[in-house]
Amino acid sequence: MRKQPLFTLRPEADGDDKLAFLCEGEGEIEGDSKADTPDVPPSTDNTPQCLNKALEGLSSRWKNWWIRGILSLTMITGFFLIIYLGPIMLIFVVMSIQIKCFHEIITIGYRVYHSYDLPWFRTLSWYFLICVNYFFYGETVADYFGALVQREEPLQFLVRYHRFISFAVYLAGFCMFVLSLVKKHYRLQFYMFAWTHVTLLIVVTQSHLVIQNLFEGMIWFIVPISIVICNDIMAYIFGFFFGRTPLIKLSPKKTWEGFIGGFFATVVLSFFFAYLLSQYQYFVCPVEYNSETNRFAVECEPSNLFMIQEYTLPAVVQNAVRWKTVNLYPFQIHSIALSTFASLIGPFGGFFASGFKRAFKIKDFADTIPGHGGIMDRFDCQYLMATFVHVYIASFIRGPNPSKVLQQLLVLQPEQQLGIFNTLRNHLRENGMLPPAVEEAQ
Amino acid sequence: MTELRRRGGGDPDSTENISDKEADGDDRLAFPGEGEGEMEGDSKADTPDVPPSTDNTPQCLNKALEGLSSRWKNWWIRGILSLTMIIGFFLIIYLGPIMLILVVMGVQIKCFHEIITIGYRVYRSYELPWFRTLSWYFLICVNYFFYGETVADYFGALVQREEPLQFLVRYHRFISFALYLAGFCMFVLSLVKKHYRLQFYMFAWTHVTLLIVVTQSHLVIQNLFEGMIWFIVPISIVICNDIMAYLFGFFFGRTPLIKLSPKKTWEGFIGGFFATVVFSFFFAYLLSQYQYFVCPVEYNSETNRFAVECEPSNLFMIQEYTLPAVVQNAVRWKTVNLYPFQIHSIALSTFASLIGPFGGFFASGFKRAFKIKDFADTIPGHGGIMDRFDCQYLMATFVHVYIASFIRGPNPSKVLQQLLVLQPEQQLSIFNTLRNHLREQGMLPPAVEEAQ
Repeated sequence: MRKQPLFTLRPEADGDDKLAFLCEGEGEIEGDSKADTPDVPPSTDNTPQCLNKALEGLSSRWKNWWIRGILSLTMITGFFLIIYLGPIMLIFVVMSIQIKCFHEIITIGYRVYHSYDLPWFRTLSWYFLICVNYFFYGETVADYFGALVQREEPLQFLVRYHRFISFAVYLAGFCMFVLSLVKKHYRLQFYMFAWTHVTLLIVVTQSHLVIQNLFEGMIWFIVPISIVICNDIMAYIFGFFFGRTPLIKLSPKKTWEGFIGGFFATVVLSFFFAYLLSQYQYFVCPVEYNSETNRFAVECEPSNLFMIQEYTLPAVVQNAVRWKTVNLYPFQIHSIALSTFASLIGPFGGFFASGFKRAFKIKDFADTIPGHGGIMDRFDCQYLMATFVHVYIASFIRGPNPSKVLQQLLVLQPEQQLGIFNTLRNHLRENGMLPPAVEEAQ
Repeated sequence: MTELRRRGGGDPDSTENISDKEADGDDRLAFPGEGEGEMEGDSKADTPDVPPSTDNTPQCLNKALEGLSSRWKNWWIRGILSLTMIIGFFLIIYLGPIMLILVVMGVQIKCFHEIITIGYRVYRSYELPWFRTLSWYFLICVNYFFYGETVADYFGALVQREEPLQFLVRYHRFISFALYLAGFCMFVLSLVKKHYRLQFYMFAWTHVTLLIVVTQSHLVIQNLFEGMIWFIVPISIVICNDIMAYLFGFFFGRTPLIKLSPKKTWEGFIGGFFATVVFSFFFAYLLSQYQYFVCPVEYNSETNRFAVECEPSNLFMIQEYTLPAVVQNAVRWKTVNLYPFQIHSIALSTFASLIGPFGGFFASGFKRAFKIKDFADTIPGHGGIMDRFDCQYLMATFVHVYIASFIRGPNPSKVLQQLLVLQPEQQLSIFNTLRNHLREQGMLPPAVEEAQ
């Protein structure tokens, strides 16, 4: 049984939480200039009435366990359901999570800075959210919906001048901010402006990267998220049974045993999970927009990454296991890299969020999910993961998008096109893709 | 109140660093009202006192201007420094692109330093030694990321030759991300129990500063590579607008423009707008005639130098425009010969005059919010580097977006690079599409049955 820590702000089922606040609060007042943080409003109990009735008889600790357990199961089931419903649903879910996370963080900012009475600022925050989303999704739409864009005239205009339009829309918000500066509230307004921009930077860019990963193939969306969830659960279980040495002062509940045990368990589980998913085209194929049927299609010839290949084991392992070769999907090797990152570096995202919650003396980001806190509490580890997967794909897996390259080509000047044409022709001839040069009459 | 009293009866020399661009003792009156009003609304009532302005004026200037009253002395100092900066600007242009890039980077580092120092002062976080290291580390990371992307585009030939450079370019994003993550993890590990909030504030402050300062300086350099004219003309337009608005305001100013900057007037704003448009029209005409300004900056890998020689694009060749009928009757000319670039310069100067000042208001609001007079004391009579460059930032982004949207298309060598990385099958299909496209355009002879 792990030691009873005196201070923790993890959304754990433990009555000691409130005690934790008092210790932390006194310690921090000395260093911080803002001694007058608003009191955290008492947590509203969002548990549905049916659950409450069913769990009436149990003690509060077990009741909390059950609520967390049921909600966890509900969320995982919901996850699989959404995957079944297809890419459009996934995109909508990602977008709404993004909006909810943004709302949660901005609300915390309002509370911290007592800035409810700056009505302009709510409007401006949402306006900036819409702007940045417009910019990012506009860039994606142009790439993936190329055929659709070609057909519609207004869309062509929007795509051609997309950056200019986005910049103009952002500038309008910027000028509104400057005009809304009120003499007595300059500092507050600048704080909220900065808070909004940092939140946008974190939340919107990451959600955009998640959607880009999704378009590469649903497996690049499902596997990273599952790895992070698995690491959470495994680290918790290992910590529960074997935990003894605290890991970091920021999160006193975390232990080295949980960390390392979770690492190995996650690598093994993701290895097999990747094997399982790599067999289905539904997960493996890039999401394409079919302009005839106006639907997303996931049919393709799976790339080399998702075809079984034979690997020769190193001699050491051969002697141990008495197999010479093993048949794997190359994707499984990538999954080892992904799970290593999720287990070793991913927790830093969680520590960052823990530090943030301690800094602003909040227990949870919000009360949206009973037993778990807000949406941000569930997704804080995912953010680093989404960026890592995107950078990983861009660096090691795929090259540039062919249709995007073709688009750029067709926009160039004819002389430049001719120059590129000649270079490409020579390159293809060297590679043997084209027959060698024959004297042609020019 | 001590801060306000000190301001009111302060050393005459402290008038050196006046935030607004007009040298007028009335500024000080503005502050006491501001200060008292702000204390009510702000939670941080205990802002550190602004340290008394140090007088950075060189000794020689001081001696030469000894006899004059403090007001004229200030005028002379501002004037001389303005002239010095403008001459320095032309000198650097003469020295060429490499010098310009170095100067832009130097300005960026100084601006970053100024804003971070203000953050330290506001949050009294001098005693978080890790954080200085981390701020500079993040600056280096973000610069590495941005300049790495540019180098790959413009120095393509050089990159092809050197093996280590090829590796760095191929995995550039991954390396940049890894570097940034290392800084992020260092930040998390450096969180000290009593100082969480301070550290998060400084982290956010650093990132917002990076977002503003580094991205803009990177855009400035990208504009520069398009052709030095895209660097010189926007900066000159903003400087001109500053000066013209000041002059018009000085002579004709009557109606205040915005509460944030009480010195600015509508007369100065509008007069500055028209004067700037006219000035930039002729300035663009002047610069468009020289290849040195007009040609894209290319890196010549044989001579290992930057070269600015080319065939000027259509933008910089005189074209004949028919005047609309109304103007024809007025001026009795039928057509006029212009560079198309001059028309673009009207768009640029309109933006600089109408929207650019919002960047200045933003900086004024920032200075009032944090009760500082100037960003720093680097330039005698003018304040810090940020004070000179606050209007330029919006301009640099606008010029970049303008070029990307209306002037140039994608960079051919970058497109070629991307092509060569694709799978051979993809290359072949693009090749066929391109060949058909060129045949339709008439750039290639029509299809002849070739033996495949």
